[in-house]
Amino acid sequence: MYKFICKARTIFLLPIALFALWYFLSADSHNFFFPPLRKILGAFDQIWLTATGTVDIVASLERLAIGFGISLAFALGAGVLLGSSKVLRDYLEPVFEFFRAIPPTVMIPVLLVISGIGDASKIAVISFGCLWPMLLNTIEGVRAVDAVLKDTCDIYHIHGVSRLFVLTLPAASPQIITGMRTGLSIAIILMVISEMFASRNGIGFAIIQFQRTFSIPEMWSGILLLGLIGVLLSLVMRLIERYFLSWYEGLRARS
Amino acid sequence: MTPGAVQSKKPVANARVRGVTGFIAFLAIWEILPDLGVLPARYFPPFHEVFEALARISQTQVFWHSVLYTTQAWFIGLALAFLAAALVGLILGSIPVLWRYTESTIEFLRPIPSVALIPLAVLMFGIDIRSALLLIVYAAFWQILIQILYGVKDVDPVALDTARVYGLTRWSRIRHVAWPTALPYAITGFRLGASVALVLAVTAELVIGNPGIGHQVALAQSAMALPEMYALVIVAGIMGVLVNVLARAIERRLLAWHPSVRSGK
Repeated sequence: MYKFICKARTIFLLPIALFALWYFLSADSHNFFFPPLRKILGAFDQIWLTATGTVDIVASLERLAIGFGISLAFALGAGVLLGSSKVLRDYLEPVFEFFRAIPPTVMIPVLLVISGIGDASKIAVISFGCLWPMLLNTIEGVRAVDAVLKDTCDIYHIHGVSRLFVLTLPAASPQIITGMRTGLSIAIILMVISEMFASRNGIGFAIIQFQRTFSIPEMWSGILLLGLIGVLLSLVMRLIERYFLSWYEGLRARS
Repeated sequence: MTPGAVQSKKPVANARVRGVTGFIAFLAIWEILPDLGVLPARYFPPFHEVFEALARISQTQVFWHSVLYTTQAWFIGLALAFLAAALVGLILGSIPVLWRYTESTIEFLRPIPSVALIPLAVLMFGIDIRSALLLIVYAAFWQILIQILYGVKDVDPVALDTARVYGLTRWSRIRHVAWPTALPYAITGFRLGASVALVLAVTAELVIGNPGIGHQVALAQSAMALPEMYALVIVAGIMGVLVNVLARAIERRLLAWHPSVRSGK
């Protein structure tokens, strides 16, 4: 019990202290850009926890999930294919490396031209951006599957779909999940930027509106919300990692 | 070892040839598809038009100024982020109490998307370079800091004790024991930070309107000058490739003594 309290203290002391510091130092703030935290929290309550706010949040997260999902499916499919064929990889990897090097946000205007201001262009932007780290990591993971395990599968005549689920995907999963983590943070950036650049709804759109109308506490509440979403999604990612990679952590700790 | 080394030459050459072939095939497909009507030519100008546009804009002063602006914001932002992260990382990493109490805060601040700061950056600095720097430094700082913290924690306790026994001062212990151990991690962080910094530099130009390549892309888009827009996207891609190549070269240079680089030769 004592140990638990100690641990809780080390985890929560600084964040709470910083938050309290922000709250009290900003309490009488008359600086236009840095309103009191009390006002920001009030705005948070009024904007994001109401029906219209929820619509924006849902619209954004929906695009994020669809874009990320499409990319993940494609990255797994193409990654397994390319990871198992050296020749294909030799032909395609330089092109992919170039695509990965393009800062993904410059694709926003391009895809806006191609598919308009609606959801489609935003989903396309998100999928395009988070595809490359996931694809290249999957390729790398599949490529590096242990040769002895491959031979073992050959001897036991494990082929086709069952081989995919018994050997290839699990063996590549540490790399795949690393790629997913990078992909997710890129996807969040693209979600926000595509909405800021041209949109009719979404969190990024709402924040830019607040900024343009100089509604400073409301704008700060949006920044807070994006921070919260970033933190929550990284927690979800960590849970996924713990679920799929518990065997891997154990393996690494022992070796 | 020797026969393997001799044999391995040919596959490498093969891979190069295939890579170049792949690239040429990609450009050829890009050239043909709009002509065949598979892709609407209205939105996808064939490659030669984009290439001509690239040749055209590369003769303008605006283009080179944009490249310069983007590079400048990237470089300053990355340098600031690296210095700050190295300083904070070495301090937090070498004093365990500090690290224990700050870990949760760092884990909380790190996943906050730096683009959330855009409205604040716009209001405070407008299109001044500082608004881009705010985003770049925030994004790159965490990437580098985390790597350096891993690195400093990776220091061999025996080596540290040995240094202590030989009476090295705290500063020389950091300089001669902690720093060489952390350096490979720091450089990984630098490499990650370098590409993130470029992404944020271009993003700031695109959304905030700081002068640079990203801003040029936005202008070309609103003028519906599509060949120019694609040409600029390619330029942004080339800059991304150069950043990667540069970071790799620095890595090889500074870590020439490190097993991971030596074995790769």
